[in-house]
Amino acid sequence: MTAALRFDPIRLPEECEQLRKEVRAFLADEIAAGTFDPHKPNREDTDAPEFSRRVGAKGWLGMTWPKKYGGQERSFLERYVVTEEMRVANAPTRRFFVADRQSGPVLLKYAPEHIKMDILPRICRGEICFAIGMSEPNSGSDLFAAKTRATKTDGGYLINGTKIWTSSAHIADYMIAIFRTSQPTKENRRHGLTQFLVKMKQPGIQVNPIRQITGQYEFNEVVFTDFFVPDDHVLGEVDGAWKQATSELAYERSGPERFLETYYVLTELVRAVGSNPDTRSAEGIGRLVAQLHTMRRMSVSVAGMLQAGKEPVVEASIVKDIGTVWEQQLPHRVRDLAAFVEETATNRETLERQLDFAIKTAPKLTIQGGTTEVLRGIIARGLGLR
Amino acid sequence: MAESDNIVVETAEKIFADLADPQEINNDKNDSWQAPLWQALSEAGLPLSWVPDDLGGSGASLADGFALLNAAGRFAVAVPLAETMLAGWLLAQAKIASPEGEMTVLPASPKDRITLDADDALSGRARGVPFAKAAKHFAVLAHGKDGVSIALVDATRARIEPGLNVGYDHSDTVTLDKVQPVAIKSAPKRFDKTTLMLMGGVARSLQIAGALEAMLDISVRYSNERVAFEKKISKFQAVQHNLARLAGESAAALAAATSAADAIASAKSFDDEVYLEAASAKIRCAEAAEKGGAIAHQVHGAIGFTMEHILHRYSLRALAWRDDFGSESHWAVELGKLVANRGADELWPLVASR
Repeated sequence: MTAALRFDPIRLPEECEQLRKEVRAFLADEIAAGTFDPHKPNREDTDAPEFSRRVGAKGWLGMTWPKKYGGQERSFLERYVVTEEMRVANAPTRRFFVADRQSGPVLLKYAPEHIKMDILPRICRGEICFAIGMSEPNSGSDLFAAKTRATKTDGGYLINGTKIWTSSAHIADYMIAIFRTSQPTKENRRHGLTQFLVKMKQPGIQVNPIRQITGQYEFNEVVFTDFFVPDDHVLGEVDGAWKQATSELAYERSGPERFLETYYVLTELVRAVGSNPDTRSAEGIGRLVAQLHTMRRMSVSVAGMLQAGKEPVVEASIVKDIGTVWEQQLPHRVRDLAAFVEETATNRETLERQLDFAIKTAPKLTIQGGTTEVLRGIIARGLGLR
Repeated sequence: MAESDNIVVETAEKIFADLADPQEINNDKNDSWQAPLWQALSEAGLPLSWVPDDLGGSGASLADGFALLNAAGRFAVAVPLAETMLAGWLLAQAKIASPEGEMTVLPASPKDRITLDADDALSGRARGVPFAKAAKHFAVLAHGKDGVSIALVDATRARIEPGLNVGYDHSDTVTLDKVQPVAIKSAPKRFDKTTLMLMGGVARSLQIAGALEAMLDISVRYSNERVAFEKKISKFQAVQHNLARLAGESAAALAAATSAADAIASAKSFDDEVYLEAASAKIRCAEAAEKGGAIAHQVHGAIGFTMEHILHRYSLRALAWRDDFGSESHWAVELGKLVANRGADELWPLVASR
């Protein structure tokens, strides 16, 4: 077979189930204490710094990292369980999610030791928030068209240019961004970009809010004007960011957040139809659950491969492609099925309010973190088509 | 499931490659390949993989047998291998020894029912029974006043109305009219028609997943050979994205089917969790057969629509296998009822339990 795609039936080990109980108990306490309402995904303000600290205190941030940086040296599968339970509960994870999933692992791999010792423990304690500076006004999916310049100066670089669609930049303490340090070469158009650690909330950085069609405010335009970044904030090889970007994509693309973003409407639909659904509702719910179960099994399988030290880039792209298309369609399918829900269903209003928000959320799901088109290009390359 | 993961699959793949090459079979107009293939499979003990040694079989594990079915799907094998395996497995549940030769199971649809009367005679009609016409014996699940029984029936005692499924394989109507079985025993506790349908459904899911792997393989190969508008069609982004979607459907089918197989192979009983796995596999694989098969045909164009080309051996069989042991509509309704009955707040715990 040309396409040796593997999705072995990985099962989560026993310690994960113990951990799951702890996470559920913790979240139940937080809900009871009024930290967040699991039935309201459409919160106006999604930043919850105190909650973030309490999650950190549980040891659930940076949990796979070495202990000397504040980590727990636990498995990637255990992290998976924490992530999915938080997502299903609609917990306010915005403040720590990016740092824990993405920024921390980049620092672990490429930052100098004194920076790792400084920053990683603070991520683990839930104290700091990260943003990712990739897209620019004229460079989105085409990452290597980025133009924001980092010009060499005494002891560091001066940054000039604009990043855009930068989630959480308005609350972030740090950003990991790519800037142009030299021009692309004829042989390699990906050459010339360098990854940097940027300390936010300083003069020379202006964060301009952009309101989204959901009514929420989570992403921004970030303008750099002669902003100074010291030499020791270069992450990895100068001009060689393209070599560093791809292997991390498997982590970013295959997690439970890639199919659970609108999950809450399915739960609410099941509640609305009650214990004795008609044939139409039963069939609709059955199909959706079968699809959900299948994606989760695929996603867990990729997590197992990551835990085993593999780099399943194509498999991860398949999970994100299928997962995001599914979570995008889910609110519309639930809307179809909810059309005949009894007027007397006690959660009818909750379901309608959730559908309103999920339907507005849906368009972004196949765009953020790698568009469907980019993913299918990666899969096609894996199949030997390009 | 990787090829050649175990000795059972390795043996089977060698036999399939030698005697069930899809192109050669497709060229053979008088089905002369069938007898040598069946003989080789039988000599290797594969049709009775799931029957313990002391009941006349070769005593392979459930997991090995499932992997074998996935391999059979990759070759679109059109002899009653899966059916004989299921029949042997069913008989073994009641400690009934398996005879030699082709077998199949009835009922093969959750809608049908065979009844057992006071004189141990079996009556009833089962539709869509795969390979009934080729079978020497039937393994029958029957309902009597004392519960569920499993019986071995001589096929010559039944009335068979032959039919063909969408994939041109036999799918027949079998009528039993007060037939005395060769052997009959009570089914184990909690073993019922649903258990048989779930097991059959997982077998079909693995075959569908295998067929999709093969469809992806031949579609990718074809796209790298066929030239249109002065370049290989694999270089067109529209074609690449279609093939990426086919890879996704193939991957989803494989993941769902192998997960369900693993769940059954390591389960102590057919509880809600196994039910979720098995029903989901049948639903998702059936959906993949439709979506993935359509893409494979689209990539091939008109040549894939001819009898001369091998594509239909996979695409039509994958579609036909959707109908056996409960269609995706059947399982979706049943799974939806189960989920609704457990309640909204028990849905995530069920999904997360796997």
